[in-house]
Amino acid sequence: MKLKVKNVEFGYQSVPVLKDVCFELAQSEVLGIVGPNGAGKSTLIRCIDRILKPQKGSILLDEREIKEMRGMELAKKLGYIPQSGHQSFPATVFDVVLMGRRPHIGWRSNEKDNEKVLDVLQMLKIEYLAMRDINEISGGQQQKVFIARALVQEPDVLLLDEPTSNLDIKHQLDVMDAIKKLVREKEISAIMAIHDLNLGSRYSDRIIMLNGGTIVSAGNPSSVLNAENIRQVYGVEAFVRNELGCPYIVPVSPISPNGVEAVMDGGVSRQMRDAGKSV
Amino acid sequence: MVAVESSETVTRSEVKKEYKKFIGRKIFFISFFILLTILLCGISVSLGPLKFSVLEVYATILDRFIPNFFDVPELAPIVVWNIRINRVIMGVLAGAGLAIAGAEMQGILRNPLASPFTLGISAGAGLGAALAIIAGVGFIGGGLLLVGNAFVFALIPSFIIVALARFKRATPETMILAGIAMTYIFSAVSSLLHYFSEAEALKDVVVWLMGSLGRATWNDIYIISITLAICIPLLIWRSWDLNVMGAGDETAKSLGINVERTRIFVMMVASFLTAVIICFTGMIGFIGLVAPHITRMCIGGDNRFVVPASALFGAAFLVAADIIAREIVAPVIIPVGIVTSCVGGPLFLYLIIRKKREYW
Repeated sequence: MKLKVKNVEFGYQSVPVLKDVCFELAQSEVLGIVGPNGAGKSTLIRCIDRILKPQKGSILLDEREIKEMRGMELAKKLGYIPQSGHQSFPATVFDVVLMGRRPHIGWRSNEKDNEKVLDVLQMLKIEYLAMRDINEISGGQQQKVFIARALVQEPDVLLLDEPTSNLDIKHQLDVMDAIKKLVREKEISAIMAIHDLNLGSRYSDRIIMLNGGTIVSAGNPSSVLNAENIRQVYGVEAFVRNELGCPYIVPVSPISPNGVEAVMDGGVSRQMRDAGKSV
Repeated sequence: MVAVESSETVTRSEVKKEYKKFIGRKIFFISFFILLTILLCGISVSLGPLKFSVLEVYATILDRFIPNFFDVPELAPIVVWNIRINRVIMGVLAGAGLAIAGAEMQGILRNPLASPFTLGISAGAGLGAALAIIAGVGFIGGGLLLVGNAFVFALIPSFIIVALARFKRATPETMILAGIAMTYIFSAVSSLLHYFSEAEALKDVVVWLMGSLGRATWNDIYIISITLAICIPLLIWRSWDLNVMGAGDETAKSLGINVERTRIFVMMVASFLTAVIICFTGMIGFIGLVAPHITRMCIGGDNRFVVPASALFGAAFLVAADIIAREIVAPVIIPVGIVTSCVGGPLFLYLIIRKKREYW
């Protein structure tokens, strides 16, 4: 096992966010974390990268407790890709990616580091952006730059926080394909928090569903993403089809708290459910 | 900044070439300002009631190190070494130090408004000076009363800000708000002292507040030089981390940087540097805020270059301002702090207006 998360608990002030979270991540595996807003997806990712410190539990990377590792040592093994980033001072894409070499170098970068940056830019096909300012490129391009920065860190595990939020469908597929390809080719692992259940379903080897800070379901996409779980966790009536070999979720209507379907959408959802049956 | 056409056909070697050019531009900027500073120093020393040419000034200075090699005009050694050069050296040191402190503070707090003024350091020094001049009370007696007071009071706001960061986990925004709050408090107490002071003492305080290089003695210069020699390498050593922190605390942490510790360390070093300088010169405004901005506009935001380049820009700018302060209504010398703000303000506005892209 590459990474083991055992009984992790975390709370902001006294509000608990994560409760008794346990899971494992294998080599060369993409693990998707899904769950409604506030379920603790981003918090979990940040705990693994030690941006936040869990109050209880342990996180083991290659059998070693991350609490006991030095900052730079951890940064050589874990690459974090934020949801969005704002660069305060003007910086070119090249320099932003070069920052990813920080764990490997002192205060000077050399030709070798520049070459590594170029390699990664080329791999993600964004070398044409190299001299542009990071704040002047599109959200999809920025997301790829952040992935590039994490890759020049040469980590064993990539941690992605909502890699596709704010992206159009072309860029969503583009970014997800890039991640999938990297995991296969470089034999690294990835954990991604993801809102879009269908993208999660299609690109994850395994999925963890979080609700209220606890894991309610874990396993391969078709076992986790079923109508029952989605009703329980999201409070949404949905039907699940099988498209391109993985579950495809069509949300139909929200369920009111007493468990009865909202009357307003009743007609539509019945129609759609009928349509679903006929498939 | 060099912009590459956004065509998808840019090759690897082209990117490399562009990047080399981009670095070359920064090195050119730094070399240019080294030469400009040397030239401005020469001009500054050559001016005064007794005129020398700039070359004669350089000859006189070099004569100290290589005797009997240059033609040195009569009286020049005395005038240059005993009267004029100390204020020029002070200008270089103070300009460089204030600019570096500003660049570092803006970097760690990720805020374009951070400077010794907005963080309460200058207001603290002002109160210390007012206490010494008006009330005659302070931590050290005798000749060092004013300097000692200004130094100690300048450090109080930074200690409070660092303590907030350390014990209350204050964010950069909170740190700046705390600095502004302290500016108000210190100014109010200073105003109270001003209100009850004698006319003569009031004028002394006001003149001190305007900032001047004329008070510099060789002893002051030694103290500031040693401080700079210790602080600048410490700050340049941190410039990578400063770059990474510009991408946000979370990203910086994920790249292995201890963000809180770095912020406190840099804040302490930069405040100390500022306090040492302004306790001797008084408040020289504007350089700490603007020198880093103008530098970033010219060479981009990479702090490995911004820190040394702003130092050079600050040094050249302060020496130039001092030339204007001495010459504009000669023989009266107006306080240099007035000139830095009067010349620097419009220059900065012009650059903001002319800049096509959004900055910061």
